[in-house]
Amino acid sequence: MKLTVWTYEGPPHIGALRVATAMNGLHYVLHAPQGDTYADLLFTMIERRGARPPITYTTFQARDLGSDTAELFKSACARAYERFQPEAMIVGASCTAELIQDDPGGLATALDLPIPVIPLELPAYQRKEAWGAAETFYRLTRSLADPEARPAPLEGRRLRCNLLGPTALGFRNRDDTDEISLLLNRLGVDVLTTAPLNASPSDLTHLGEADFNVVLYPETGDLAARWLERTFKTPTIRTAPIGVGATRDFINEVVHTAGALGVTLNPAPLLADGLSRLPWWSRSIDSTYLTGKRVFVFGDATHAIAAARVATEEMGFELVGLGCYNREFARETRAAAEQYGLEALITDDYLDVEEAIAASNPELVLGTQMERHIAKRLRVPCAVISAPFHVQDHPARRAPQMGFEGANSLFDAWVHPLTMGLEEHLLEMFREDFEFNDQSPASHLGHAAAPKLAPQPVVETLAAPKPVAVEPGAPAWAADAERELKKIPFFVRSKARRNTESFAAERGVALITVETLYDAKAHYAR
Amino acid sequence: MSPDGLPFTATPPDTGCAAPPPAVERGQRAVFCGLTGIVWLHRKIQDAFFLVVGSRTCAHLIQSAAGVMIFAEPRFATAIIEERDLAGLADANEELDRVVDRLLARRPDIKLLFLVGSCPSEVIKLDLSRAAQRLSEQFSPDVRVLNYSGSGIETTFTEGEDACLSALVPELPETEAANLMVVGALADVVEDQFTRLFEQLGIGPVAFLPARRADALPPVGPETKFLLAQPFLNETARLLEARGAQRLAAPFPLGAEGTDAWLKAAADAWGVAPSHFDAVTAAPRARAVQSTAARREKLADKSLFFFPDSQLELPIARFLTRELGMRPIEIGAPYLHRRHLAEETAMLREALGEDLPILEGPDVDAQLDRCRAAKPDLTVCGLGLANPLEAEGLSTKWAIELVFTPIQGYEQAGDLAELFARPLDRRTRLRV
Ligand code: SF4
Repeated sequence: MKLTVWTYEGPPHIGALRVATAMNGLHYVLHAPQGDTYADLLFTMIERRGARPPITYTTFQARDLGSDTAELFKSACARAYERFQPEAMIVGASCTAELIQDDPGGLATALDLPIPVIPLELPAYQRKEAWGAAETFYRLTRSLADPEARPAPLEGRRLRCNLLGPTALGFRNRDDTDEISLLLNRLGVDVLTTAPLNASPSDLTHLGEADFNVVLYPETGDLAARWLERTFKTPTIRTAPIGVGATRDFINEVVHTAGALGVTLNPAPLLADGLSRLPWWSRSIDSTYLTGKRVFVFGDATHAIAAARVATEEMGFELVGLGCYNREFARETRAAAEQYGLEALITDDYLDVEEAIAASNPELVLGTQMERHIAKRLRVPCAVISAPFHVQDHPARRAPQMGFEGANSLFDAWVHPLTMGLEEHLLEMFREDFEFNDQSPASHLGHAAAPKLAPQPVVETLAAPKPVAVEPGAPAWAADAERELKKIPFFVRSKARRNTESFAAERGVALITVETLYDAKAHYAR
Repeated sequence: MSPDGLPFTATPPDTGCAAPPPAVERGQRAVFCGLTGIVWLHRKIQDAFFLVVGSRTCAHLIQSAAGVMIFAEPRFATAIIEERDLAGLADANEELDRVVDRLLARRPDIKLLFLVGSCPSEVIKLDLSRAAQRLSEQFSPDVRVLNYSGSGIETTFTEGEDACLSALVPELPETEAANLMVVGALADVVEDQFTRLFEQLGIGPVAFLPARRADALPPVGPETKFLLAQPFLNETARLLEARGAQRLAAPFPLGAEGTDAWLKAAADAWGVAPSHFDAVTAAPRARAVQSTAARREKLADKSLFFFPDSQLELPIARFLTRELGMRPIEIGAPYLHRRHLAEETAMLREALGEDLPILEGPDVDAQLDRCRAAKPDLTVCGLGLANPLEAEGLSTKWAIELVFTPIQGYEQAGDLAELFARPLDRRTRLRV
């Protein structure tokens, strides 16, 4: 058993539902108790979807157990087919149904429906949401892709590719897909099929006709892509085009892949400066205040690794932490962290992440909805870069993460929560101004102000309440030194306190004065 | 037609009650399971912690059910059952002990720990009552460990609160003294208002179940009278009665009328003079009537359709019908406790006649068809259905707000009406 406060990922059948909801003409029959129907609201509320997800739950109850749950499943299947007339159906069990072993796949097959029925085996006690999405998409691809399909002869046509991986409830998948389709188009490549998002089962039959595949989101798309690679020998592009540098790499990779197929594409117009505003925005003088800001990055592996590169190479931040919650991609994340001289944090335990963030004293957190909670409590600015996300991170405007417009979005989204250039200095210089305080944010973030008089939220956490025990022999703080410490920016204050204390302890200083404080500061200055 | 006005089904199941059941439909349900109650209960009892013993689905449900995640660190968590726990039960118990150890070591402020059962824990027959007993002995006297089931195969949405409060009843101290107990979780502000009203009426001592702190559980005994503040507390009421307490039959304290009758039931039991009752309640009642009337224009004569959700459907329908002049077309409820709803049903019947459009446990697809055909002016439904119905052009009110918002009592009657008026108001404003 694993003690869990918040989860980064739902169970694997949620992943299957992300695929089904993304697609058209596919229906999911899930053997599950009534409470599992909460899954609907993930889509109708967080993504504001105007249609119910295409799913029928059997909603068996205790009284059905041991008698006719199998019958219930069969009739739910038959009714779902009658009512929704899907092109294809996926069937499976949720965690509870897995325990009662009704074999949804066998039951559904026995109905002999005139459409493809694809059974899913998603072990609910071993695997999680993203894997569930990847496995579902893989099963669909395997069952539906026409094995005889091959790309048409290249003469007289442009190259064609598939975009693989975007799903419902994926972070900005809708906008990324548009952005990258546009980019490929300008490069001279047509998108044959984007899947699962907006694809129908019959679209999947054509997957083998693409000249190459683009895996936008390996977490959900790579299982299927590997199978396509094996079956059709289709070349696959795996660079996630997040940030200016990665987008350029992506373009070069497409050009290279096209070249290997005998087609020459001209990347020059797309590689020309000025297609993204990010490089200039980062070089403009206002952005000097970004330089060296301490950033902690956590999310799904693909977004986290990409964010680390953008943060360091394209915005000049200092990376102080990098991690992901999906162990399936631990290797990639570890390798990336090593490049920055960091040890990757691979965990799906929210409390571990909280502890790591607190320990690294970041000035900006780039994470998921969970890290937003943590950052809010630690009073550190935060931007969301990865699923799971909240309704407010599913904006009405186009806000891709990928491509050149995506890079612009990243700059805006990450810089917005920070205090702006000169204002930061004013806040710094006149820290004791009665209208300034640690709770007063930058002026453009006025709505987020936590009024000083309001009762402080009680911090209840499983990890945090460690008594501040004064170790015997630990140096004490003189009152004026303690006051001076308060003038140090709050996000580095705890570090300054620790450093000063160890500095004093090493030198056998019993009472920390203002002098000691500045001695320590000089000692630790790089 | 049955005595309480509800239509018969062909073969009424034996529910042990005198009155026959309402019409029942079977099919796919779209209602949360009882775990959902933790979302409000963990805020209500301030030194209690809810540990769900379940799957990743259960953990995901609780954090998603409120539609938004709550920003404070919660006093709930899930012990997620993993593959290796399924191998053998002895192992699962040890695992549970380990999780509880870790939890209590880190949260010394916890005085009451609920082990909450789920579908998986029930299907694998993990005996949480034995586990609770064992852990209670181990952590006594610092922490009491109780258990209940919030599983979706046994409980529907608000039945989780019933199960939780039922687990508390055996823990209530014994008393010989006369007292009043208000049963069902209420917002703190509502509790405070009722406390003041009872005090002015001279009714007391008054205590609330659940109490805000685990060590402040209300005493119970043969002289205890209790008022239900929520319509979904069947088992809790039964257990209180088994301990000698008497339920004061009343409608629920929603709207001016409901609050009046609810308070009156206690006033009569305490022999409060009618003139004194009127003197105490006149001013707040006038405010309730006035603030409700302000919304009447928007709501009167509008048709109303309920998908099943919180089991508050009947009292809400009664309020909207009688105090705001709305016309219910279909009142779907996940399940009904007819005895506790007898007063509500009678009041609805008074307004609507014998044939009440009440349906228990409806099939969601069949109900959607009826709803689309009826095109009601306002549809009360769960979060999964609200946006899709709005997108089809129907105005909706999400039902879950009714359990998360202070709506009981005189001072909240206007707010309650406003919850229903706002969607219609929005429709008249928007030009896009
Ligand atoms: S219905 Fe059962 S399995 Fe699903 S969330 Fe509720 S208790 Fe857990």
